[in-house]
Amino acid sequence: MAPVAPRSGDAIFASVERVNAELFTLTYGAIVRQLLTDLEEVEEVNKQLDQMGYNIGIRLIDEFLAKSNVSRCVDFKETAEVIAKVGFKMFLGVTASVTNWDADGMSCSLILEDNPLVDFVELPDTCQGLYYCNILSGVIRGALEMVSMKTEVTWVRDMLRGDDAFELQVKLLKQVSEEYPYKDDEYSEV
Amino acid sequence: MASTACFMIVSRNDIPIYEAEVGTALKKEDAAHQHQFILHAALDIVQDLAWTTSAMFLKAIDRFNDLVVSVYVTAGHTRLMLLHDSRNDDGIKSFFQEVHELYIKILLNPLYLPGSRITSSHFDTKVRALARKYL
Repeated sequence: MAPVAPRSGDAIFASVERVNAELFTLTYGAIVRQLLTDLEEVEEVNKQLDQMGYNIGIRLIDEFLAKSNVSRCVDFKETAEVIAKVGFKMFLGVTASVTNWDADGMSCSLILEDNPLVDFVELPDTCQGLYYCNILSGVIRGALEMVSMKTEVTWVRDMLRGDDAFELQVKLLKQVSEEYPYKDDEYSEV
Repeated sequence: MASTACFMIVSRNDIPIYEAEVGTALKKEDAAHQHQFILHAALDIVQDLAWTTSAMFLKAIDRFNDLVVSVYVTAGHTRLMLLHDSRNDDGIKSFFQEVHELYIKILLNPLYLPGSRITSSHFDTKVRALARKYL
């Protein structure tokens, strides 16, 4: 029987290298600020953040799998649990809870009570449409795509907009089956 | 007892970035402008005094009839100015220190441009609460 996947990221969190939380928060803030100046449109900034997150995610999944010792997840429910409990803990130092499963287990909500990205932040009137943490949704989308799950990640609740928590809806669009990029016999002569 | 107090934050470029009438006295029509005027007039004195001392809190640097101006100069040369008629020095000092902390939090907000107006309603509420507590 395969080893049981770790149910919490505490052990890994204790062993990975960390940076000062304020440095991290302010660096992210500086990125968002710069994007707002460069792109001018809030919508564009949201898109760009998502794209940046995606690029992080497709790399981050490798580090995650290498260091966390999680085994293959049997279903999407387990995947969501691992992201919430191990993934978030490992890279952000917080854990999320998974709720709001729909009937066929294809979409759920990750709820973050605590989010280190938004310390100090208050949305001014000029950027009301901004999803400040949009990078996170990109990261999840990118990471899951690398393990052959096409997902759609959207923000449902955002504390910066006056809600009581951060809620990310993760929707599994389709499971891409793994296939070799070549046929067996193509390379048989080499 | 009804007290008069007017609080203002002036950026390092001499632009007022936050203003609040925090006194309990009934407002007179011309008072607000008068208060602004007195505070602005005191800026010159602040400029001279700020470099003569290492203290941030400059007590009662100017007066106008029974109104006194006290100023707190932050390291970044933002000036927190208070026009008051009470003589409660400790309270005023604590008020400045706590508003300074709030101001730092505002500065740390990546979406706030240093030197621009402070529009945060959260900040406004907090400042008014502090004023009720200390002044």
